[in-house]
Amino acid sequence: MNVLLDNLDLYWSAFVGTVELFLVAAIGSIVGGLLLAAMRVSPVPVLRVFGAGYVNIVRNTPLTLIFFFFAFAYPRLEILDLSFFARACAALIVYTSAFVCEVVRSGINTVPVGQAEASRALGFTFGQTLGAIVLPQALRSVVPPLTSIEIALLKNTTIAAGFSVFEAGGIYQNLSERGYNVLVGLLWVAAGFLILVVPLTLLQRNLERRWSVAR
Amino acid sequence: MTAVLYDAPGPRAKRRNLILGVVGVAALLAVVGFVVYRFAVTSQFDPTVWQWILYKNIQLLLVDALVNTLRAFVVAAILALLFGAVLAAGRLSDHRWISGPATVVVEFFRAVPLLILIFILYFGMSRGLGVSISAFTALVLGLMLYNGSVLAEIFRAGVASLPRGQSEAAYALGMRKTQVMTNVLLPQAIRAMLPTIVSQLVVVLKDTALGFLILYPELLYQARFLGSQGQLGSPILPVAMVIAAIYIAMCLLLAQFANYLERRSRRNRRRVDPTAPDDDTAIEMEQIRAATP
Repeated sequence: MNVLLDNLDLYWSAFVGTVELFLVAAIGSIVGGLLLAAMRVSPVPVLRVFGAGYVNIVRNTPLTLIFFFFAFAYPRLEILDLSFFARACAALIVYTSAFVCEVVRSGINTVPVGQAEASRALGFTFGQTLGAIVLPQALRSVVPPLTSIEIALLKNTTIAAGFSVFEAGGIYQNLSERGYNVLVGLLWVAAGFLILVVPLTLLQRNLERRWSVAR
Repeated sequence: MTAVLYDAPGPRAKRRNLILGVVGVAALLAVVGFVVYRFAVTSQFDPTVWQWILYKNIQLLLVDALVNTLRAFVVAAILALLFGAVLAAGRLSDHRWISGPATVVVEFFRAVPLLILIFILYFGMSRGLGVSISAFTALVLGLMLYNGSVLAEIFRAGVASLPRGQSEAAYALGMRKTQVMTNVLLPQAIRAMLPTIVSQLVVVLKDTALGFLILYPELLYQARFLGSQGQLGSPILPVAMVIAAIYIAMCLLLAQFANYLERRSRRNRRRVDPTAPDDDTAIEMEQIRAATP
């Protein structure tokens, strides 16, 4: 208990760092994933191919490797000097967008074909069909799996600690330097994540149960 | 389905699509071109920073790293499958005192970030309890605990997705609980869930890269080492590109295998039951849900 109480401000600021990273990356990944999904179902073949290629490559790349690229290799290109935090966000967004895209795309697939056919028969354009008819219906089957992807994102933020971003994954280093018991310190970190993740998991199950009966 | 969102393009739509296509390609080319340009400007294509690839010792070093990665993957995958089977059996048990703890274990290991688990096993055990665990053991155990829990959920979902008639018929034939499970339910569940299980193994393979953060000498670790060698021209970008290609190739192969299994099981199902149109999307959603990052 001492480990936690003595370092309450350390834990607090670290978990604030985690949540900041999570929020930025979550919003970014949803925007990126929607864009990618729109590309993957668009009438323009080049965009479809690009979307599919991006998703296939990024989904099969370890997140640690993407972090590695942004942390060590990106500065060598001397494009823009970004902080570690910004680069960690970029890595998380690049990675998670691919998963969001797949969920949105398969959500689109769950909407009955007749819906899109009917809207086409009414003369709706691609944008109108997608935006006004298909996506609102797809949302029901998209949100529960989307929540689990964002939960995974929350857990993945810990990897940023290995690349000089101050957040919950890095607490143990600080504790270790000051001679505290690292095992106890890490168990408290795990407890912190339980507090963050469990409500989200419950929300996700609830959504899944209530919304799955729709069709 | 996606082809249903738009009609066969007429002359105007064709022109619009062409314009969009040209603009899209131009934008993509601009981004890629800019990155390639930066590569060239910062001399990442110079022969000097690629020379390392010719040295025999470095090739052997990378092969060694690849072997370390694969070793961690194979051991962790086998242990995770076993652990998952045990946990799934526990969760499916009729006895509260078995299924309760199994549920808690599964939920706990799925909620705690894998990296924190690995840190607990590696730094926590050695600096907290004085029990020294090697980086390999910590990595493999962490992967086993996390992926085992996820696999347990997959196994359980597979058994739960079977029609109730299967177990009822088996009980009616006088089979015992264990017989129903091992002879009737499990073979069908594993068959249905095989693609998802293989997808989860891709996750195991990807997560072996976390070993880098506890200095397990796998591919990324050696990439960092080579990239910091001044006498090779600090070729961190070229090395990272080669390592990325190796990882992506391995994971794609495994993912392709999962796709193949899924196509095969789909084909078989269709032969058995031609009137199950919505199953495919249901299973696809299930897979996507299971194989989260």
